[in-house]
Amino acid sequence: MNQTSPRLLFIGCMFLFVFMYAPLLVVIVFSLTPTEYGVSWEGFTLKWYQAVLDNKNIQAALKVSLMVAIPCVLISTAIGTITAFTLYRSRFFGRALYQGIIYIPLIMPDLVIGISLLLFYTSIKLELGVLTILLAHISFTIPLTTLVIIARMQRIDRTLEDAAMDLGADEWTTMRKVTLPLLKPGILAAALLAFPWSFNDFVITFFVSGVGSSTLPIRVYSMIRLGVSPVINALGTLIVVIPLILVVIGLLLERRRV
Amino acid sequence: MGIVVYYSFLTRGPWGTVIHEFTLDSYRLILDPLFLKIFARSVKLAVLAVVICLLAGYLIAYWIAFYGGKRKNFLMFLVILPFWTSYLVRIYAWIALLSDHGLINNFLIEVHLIYAPLPLLHNEFSVLVGLVYTYLPFMILPLYASLERLDRSVLEAASDLGATARERFFRVTLPLTKGGMLSGSVLVFAPAIGEFLIPELLGGAKAMMIGKFIALKFIGLRHWPLGSTYSLMLLTMTLILLYLYMRIGGGKEAYQEQR
Repeated sequence: MNQTSPRLLFIGCMFLFVFMYAPLLVVIVFSLTPTEYGVSWEGFTLKWYQAVLDNKNIQAALKVSLMVAIPCVLISTAIGTITAFTLYRSRFFGRALYQGIIYIPLIMPDLVIGISLLLFYTSIKLELGVLTILLAHISFTIPLTTLVIIARMQRIDRTLEDAAMDLGADEWTTMRKVTLPLLKPGILAAALLAFPWSFNDFVITFFVSGVGSSTLPIRVYSMIRLGVSPVINALGTLIVVIPLILVVIGLLLERRRV
Repeated sequence: MGIVVYYSFLTRGPWGTVIHEFTLDSYRLILDPLFLKIFARSVKLAVLAVVICLLAGYLIAYWIAFYGGKRKNFLMFLVILPFWTSYLVRIYAWIALLSDHGLINNFLIEVHLIYAPLPLLHNEFSVLVGLVYTYLPFMILPLYASLERLDRSVLEAASDLGATARERFFRVTLPLTKGGMLSGSVLVFAPAIGEFLIPELLGGAKAMMIGKFIALKFIGLRHWPLGSTYSLMLLTMTLILLYLYMRIGGGKEAYQEQR
């Protein structure tokens, strides 16, 4: 710190950082000790993690989650790239309106998105299940991927593209050989950031998943309703830590300069 | 372009469906006293969450922007990070902390400060804690951005002209960061008012909020038209709020640029 900050301000901030991180730390710490509740640390154990890995329901839910998250990331990153190109490069009628529509899901309450999608799927007689979850996830991750890729596009030096064209490349070759490689970190970041959105989503999935298929968050939710348990602590730790690694990589890529 | 059309179809189609579903009956039920009570409570909790986030968020954003030094980026990273972790697990963590056999009650009993567990969970207090905890980053980000943009020479000028630290803060810093405060408030209020999971897990029956009420109508009672009407109301409110914000915010930015 190059300046001494007023002590009160500093203490207040530390308190708030504790507020932001303590709950997660509690979950992580108590997933590693044999006690069910309590304020005492009673030695180190991995038995709750073993219980998580052995649980058939959790395995099934993890499979559904990955079946949704992986295709979702691929498709919505692709659509996001195309959308970003369309919005950034071409001027067409209704562009501003379209841009607005893309951003609406970012601020719309999840509940409303979930309900609208549920009504939509039932009205076109689509059976609720993995497919509807996937479609829903694609639709709410597109705004995110589009936004991240557009942000990257704005930092690309357009003279490079002009140079390629001047040197005789046609538009398609320019895009493939110049623009896309420059965009690559942005596209990768979008994919890495979209993954946890899809993987962690609860509210929207809650509405569009049928009876048979539940993703990991839905599974955790039904476990939570039965009460606090160290198995949830262990599972929660895994759910928090693993996607976080992807996010850290994604954010670092996003920050890197062109 | 085909995909583009497909996408706009996905986001917009549902509203049409909702509109086809309602009859006037559901609209009459908006005036249902139970609904109005829940609605009032949701507004109250969301406003309280905004106020607390505003105070706490300003503290953090101010500290990072003015005293963060070289660690600014890292500190902001710490602020954003929880946002990317599972929201369900984070809310669950509060159950583990606040319940009758939770960490806080157990600790207080162990040190003999209290003898019976405090009722921390399943009331408006726990819902409020959950809301503030979940949406605090949404407040810090715009506040930080506006504090960062603040021209430091204006602050120096204020001091040179004899303003005390307090005067400088209230008459220069605060008015100049109004934009950030406004964006942050909208970003916290909009999701907080429609929140479903927090009242569901932390609220219990005593702290029902509109989001949980709608979900109950949908999933529990399968009363789709009524649920749709309520959610349409929620959506309308959010959009009006956003529109007002863009009007005010847009005007203000133009004003700031003029100066």
